[in-house]
Parts: sequence; C-alpha cells; structure tokens
Amino acid sequence: MDRIADRVREALTDRVASIESARDALVLRIAPTALVDIATRLRDDLAFDLLVDITAIDWIGQAPRFETVHQFYSTRYFDRVRVKARLPEQDPTIDSLVPLYGSARFMERECRDMYGIVFAGHPDPRPILLYEGFVGHPLRRDYPKDREQPLVRYRDRTP
Amino acid sequence: MTPRDHVPLNSPVRSLFDDAGDGEVVVNLGPSHPATHGTIQVIACLDGERLTRADVHCGYLHRGFEKECESHTWHNLIPYVDRLNYCSAMINDFAYCAAVEALMDIEITPRCRDLRTLLSEYSRVADHLTCIAASLMELGAMTPFLYLVMVRDYIYEHMAQLTGARVTHSYGRIGGLARDLPDGWLSRLAEVLDEYEKFTARIHGLMDRNRIFIDRTRDVGVISAAEAIDLGFTGPILRSTGVPRDLRKDTPYLSYASLDFEVPVGINGDNYDRYYVRMREMDESVRMMRTLAPRLAEGPINVDDRRCTLPPKPLVYGEIESLINHFKLIIDGPRVPAGEVYVAHESPNGELGFFLVSDGTGTPYKVHCRAPSFVHMGGLHRLLEGYQLADVIPTFGSVNMIGGECDR
Repeated sequence: MDRIADRVREALTDRVASIESARDALVLRIAPTALVDIATRLRDDLAFDLLVDITAIDWIGQAPRFETVHQFYSTRYFDRVRVKARLPEQDPTIDSLVPLYGSARFMERECRDMYGIVFAGHPDPRPILLYEGFVGHPLRRDYPKDREQPLVRYRDRTP
Repeated sequence: MTPRDHVPLNSPVRSLFDDAGDGEVVVNLGPSHPATHGTIQVIACLDGERLTRADVHCGYLHRGFEKECESHTWHNLIPYVDRLNYCSAMINDFAYCAAVEALMDIEITPRCRDLRTLLSEYSRVADHLTCIAASLMELGAMTPFLYLVMVRDYIYEHMAQLTGARVTHSYGRIGGLARDLPDGWLSRLAEVLDEYEKFTARIHGLMDRNRIFIDRTRDVGVISAAEAIDLGFTGPILRSTGVPRDLRKDTPYLSYASLDFEVPVGINGDNYDRYYVRMREMDESVRMMRTLAPRLAEGPINVDDRRCTLPPKPLVYGEIESLINHFKLIIDGPRVPAGEVYVAHESPNGELGFFLVSDGTGTPYKVHCRAPSFVHMGGLHRLLEGYQLADVIPTFGSVNMIGGECDR
C-alpha cells in the first residue's frame, strides 16, 4: 500500500500544493486548474481507474469559499486518493472530468445542484436531484433548511 | 387551485430527443410506472421495439438527507442513515458508525466487530433476496417471488426480535451496538439459514435452466468490465463482468480478514450473470455466518469511552458526573474531533461510502453519502440502449436501484 502512495508522491509532488497521508487516503491539495492533468496522470500512469465520488464543502466565511473533493480508487492497488481544490465564491468553476471518467457525469450534476459548482465542459449540466427551475443550492450553508419551493401550490386550508 | 395558477413545467421529455429520426418514437416511462419499483424516469427513443437512446432521471425521492444531517447530533443521524438503503439498513448504520469512529479514533470491541459482521451478512442476504424476488416477479415468475420474500420475512422477523423493528432497525451506535443478542437468537439463526437453503435450492431448480428466464436475461443488458469501471460501477454489477473487486476482500474491515469466503464473478456482465452473482453471494454470506456464529467473541459490545457511550443507567441515577455525561451526550452530542474521513463498506449494491467533515462540535459540518445506486443510475442508459423496450424492466430490476439511497 505504501509503495503506490510513494509512487503517487514521486509522480505528482511538483504538480500539487501539498500531499498528506490521512488515515483513509492520500490527500492531494491542488490548484483548480490542475485537476484534469492530475486526474489524467492518476488514471493513466498510476492505475486509479475508479472515480468513486465527487462532492464539495462549503467553508462559509473563509476566503476561497468552496472546496471540491474528488475520491479516486485503484482497483489494482486497492488504495485511495482524495483530490481537493479550493474555489472562490464569485467564480466556483472547475473543469469537468466527464471526458476521463463516465461516472463523473451524474456526480458532477449532483454537485452542481447542491453547491452551485460549475463544471466547465460538462456535456449535460441539467439538474438531477433537484427539478428544473429550483432557485438556489440547498447544501450551501446559507441556504435555510426550512425554505420551501413547492412545484404545486399548497391547498389553502382556511374554510 | 384555479386552472390559471397552473404553470406548465419545463418538461425534459419535450425537448430531449429533438433530433429523433423519422422512424423513431420518444416515449416516457415513469417516474411512477406500475412495473418498476422505485421512482425513476426513463425517457426512451425507440426504433420499433428497440431503444436507440435512453435518458435516465432520478431525484423524485430526494428529501434533503445531507442538509438535514447538518442540524442534528452525530448520534441522531443513525435513524436517518437507516433509511438510505432500507433493504439492508444495518449496513448503512455500521458504515456510518465506522466513519464516525474513524474520526474519533475509536476501536470497537471484538464482540461488536463480530456482531456487525454477522448482521451485515444477514442484511446482505435480505437485500439480495428482495432484489432477486422483485426482478423475477417482473419477469412473471410469481412463485419464486413468494418463496424468496417468505425467507426474507423470516429474516426480518428475526431481526425484529433483536432490534424491535422489521426494516429500519436503528441498531448501530457510535462505538458499539444498541443491545446484545437475546437468548436463543443464534439457534433461530441456524433455523432461518436452513430455510434459506431449502428455498434457494427451489429457486435454482425453477430458474437456472428455465428457457423463458434465460431467453429474457442472457445477453441482455450487457456491459464490459472496462466500461463498468469507467462508469464507476461497483458491487454485483461490476463483479458480473468478471472483475473480482469486493471491499470485504480488498480492504478488509470488521472481521472479514479472518473469514474464508469467495468473491463470485460472472462472465458476460448480463442480467443472467447479475442474478447468478447475487445468488452465489448469498451462499457465501450464509457460509460466513455459519463460521462466525459459533465463535463470536465474548465481552462487552460497547467501547468504554465516555465521549460516545452512554454511562450505565444505575450510575446516571446515582452520581452527578454520569448524569451530566448522559445529559451532554444527548443534548450536545458526542464531540467528534475536527477533520474529515471517507469510509466505505461493501453494501449489497456496491461501495457505500460516507464522507464526513467535522468542525469539532457535536453536530456534523458535512455528511455526504456515496450511494452506489446513484452512480449506477448514471450508467443505466448504457445497459438499456440497444435492447428491447420490454428489457427495460428486467435490466432495471437487476441493477437494484434503491430510491432511498439514490436520491437521498
């Protein structure tokens, strides 16, 4: 297990901001522009062939507000890599991984629904868990939990 | 509501396949179709009876699980995670608890580890029984459905003796379990496993070489190993393509390292292989349970750690420190050190992962569930395209989409 972690370190050290061994995965912090390059290397040279998950964290109140989280898994080495990139609030854009991994298609759509992260180059950025016309991004910390946007108006119960 | 209040929705059906050719017809299946289980919409472009393109929509069961998690204590989420994959609720419990325990650096007791393994496998059998039963019934096989659901109900009733609930058990606890096994539970387990064997033998006899079943499932919904990995498929769907990837084997957790089991794989990656892989996986689960049941570790089921485990009741009533401890754990929740973790368990459908972010308080900063069903829905169109319209239902059944975890 350490061997592949060392290989990842060796191959990517000068392309990422930091590499750190967490208890569950190797965590790479990168600049948003480097994502496609890193993912290509992870997939083609280092056998991280499964893009397991894409999500984001809303660090409200901090300077680059959003942080995208991509989880990779290697079906050869059984090891995990987590790639994280910070995105500013004004322009939360990062490149889409759909050309590299088919699984990114739905996961990026969900992340866009929930956090408003824009995945540049996504071929089909329609809402997936939310509906057309939903206003806002529910998993952002400043979206109130009890806000309602019913598609069909509630029946008026007053007699 | 007056008629003029009604605003027509921007229907995805209307504009989706604008470029459909002369002979092609666009039809909409679902989201509430009588032949599918689970609310899912498939918009299909048909050439005669053959699907040329498909567009899969989910989200009709979205109920804000992840948002809701951000305003409850860590412990209060256990009933919520139960309702993700409600066919195997315990596995969700245990995966979530394992993730929180990883953040808190807690090592669970040997007995808890063994019991969680045993119950995970029991849940896996129940989940696979449901999936196979439903997908056989959708092909018109009513008798296998009743046989399998009967065995599943033995399991549910048996789990109710342990947990008090048939389906959503809320049985996991951070650092342990809700309660230990009641007397006689293991002897009933042996009886249920015998019933399981009796009835799955009948299913094998009825289905495996059944001409109608083979014609409907063999070479239908085929996917290659490379494409399955590209689409992020895990679990029985990936294994049906011949890739022996199973987290229980590859990155052993709980007691799996000490258990001897096989990872069954298919050859073709078609509906028949998915049926057969699930049948064989249940056999392996039963084998594991039979190995584990007589040698369950003795000892406590909860860790002795006051950060997460409630103090014993006599102490709560008898001394002020334990009373405060109990109060703080219930009202403020267990304090989980700041950090993040991703923990994945092999659920019946594939990799079930929890990505948790803590800011050091008793409430999660973020809970994200990596649901296998959702990822599988992202690749479902590849299993449908090129086959008959009537194959949509069996293929969809073989994927075992669970609305609760897909839409969260």
